[in-house]
Amino acid sequence: MTDITFTDQNFQEEVLNSPLPVLVDFWAPWCGPCKIVGPIVEELAKDYAGKVKVGKLNVDENQNVSSQFGIMSIPSLMLFKAGQPVKTMVGAQGKESFKKGIDEVLASA
Amino acid sequence: MYDVIIIGSGPAGLTAAIYTTRADLKTLVIAGNRWGGQLQLTSVVENFPGFPEGIEGPKLMENMRKQAEHHGAEIIEKDFESGEFAKSPFTLKTTDGKTFESRSVIVASGADAMWLNVPGEKEKIGRGVSSCATCDAAFFRNKNVVVVGGGDSAMEEALVLSRVANKIYLVHRRDSFRASEIMQKRVRENEKIEILFNSAITEIFGEMKVEKVSLTNLVTNENSEMPVDGIFVAIGHRPNTSAFTGIDVDEKGYIKVYDHNKTNIDGVFVAGDVHDREYRQAITASGFGCAAALEAERWLMTKKSE
Repeated sequence: MTDITFTDQNFQEEVLNSPLPVLVDFWAPWCGPCKIVGPIVEELAKDYAGKVKVGKLNVDENQNVSSQFGIMSIPSLMLFKAGQPVKTMVGAQGKESFKKGIDEVLASA
Repeated sequence: MYDVIIIGSGPAGLTAAIYTTRADLKTLVIAGNRWGGQLQLTSVVENFPGFPEGIEGPKLMENMRKQAEHHGAEIIEKDFESGEFAKSPFTLKTTDGKTFESRSVIVASGADAMWLNVPGEKEKIGRGVSSCATCDAAFFRNKNVVVVGGGDSAMEEALVLSRVANKIYLVHRRDSFRASEIMQKRVRENEKIEILFNSAITEIFGEMKVEKVSLTNLVTNENSEMPVDGIFVAIGHRPNTSAFTGIDVDEKGYIKVYDHNKTNIDGVFVAGDVHDREYRQAITASGFGCAAALEAERWLMTKKSE
């Protein structure tokens, strides 16, 4: 497993304090499209190893973080840079589409 | 070279794949980035025979996929981009630039949910605007929401939301629903759901998230504003046919059917919501998928003997 599990407890440390940009997959077990996105996120974790930290956050079990960042739709992929959410991608999309979003943020140094 | 390429991975596409693989035809399913079709966005499916207690939509699709794979279907999660249907074998291209050749094709690309196309909607998708109550209802605990639409999916969205939300306004353009009677009854008997007929949402307001909507009464033309936290859109579907150059479609964009499940192109067959504007059920899509597969099999046999 190359991807990480984020929680209300470790979010500050793992995401907000991370020196690398962080991609967070907000998901829940009862969400069909989340199951489509899950394996894509695992591939993204491999593709961006060393460049972006990638992990998942279960919105059922971690409601503080979810509401703090205004998650109202899942799956939502949120990219954090220097502790700030800089990009949100909502809904099931293809890997290429997610990559485009991530690359845009990485390019804008 | 494939015997059959199936474009789409909803009930129509995957049922077709089960039949073509069992007929020993080399089969590729171009499943799309979001494989599994509309059932991936539903909760319990109660009207698919064989599951007396109902089955979760995503689970049903996972089962169908496993069944198709078990019989040897090759499934790729890429989007179909374009096809060369003017000469045989057909050449199909996916969005990652790969091309595939096949003797026959089954188009089962389905339909996608439509949005309202009103000001304020697009920028608030994921910020209170949704087309999947099953996915997003949990974020609207004790909140007030609007559901737009008059068919079974609108009823289902309203009912799913009623388990957690405080109040649901079910907004519909006409003065009656076209949903099935059992779904309408459940909605009418649900005290959290208020039905607003002859009404349309004309604008969605809010800074970071949905805060209120503007509602127009289509009979009196009166406008009112309603504070709400969420809007769930279930106003129907549009067939996914824009990429099929050379294949006949009707005035609404559905693929034109000749003789049950044939398109205007010899060797290209069609199944499911991409041509079916009448029934649009999981089980009818499966049925159409089965029929198209049998027809493709017959067609390939005639070609071989020629």
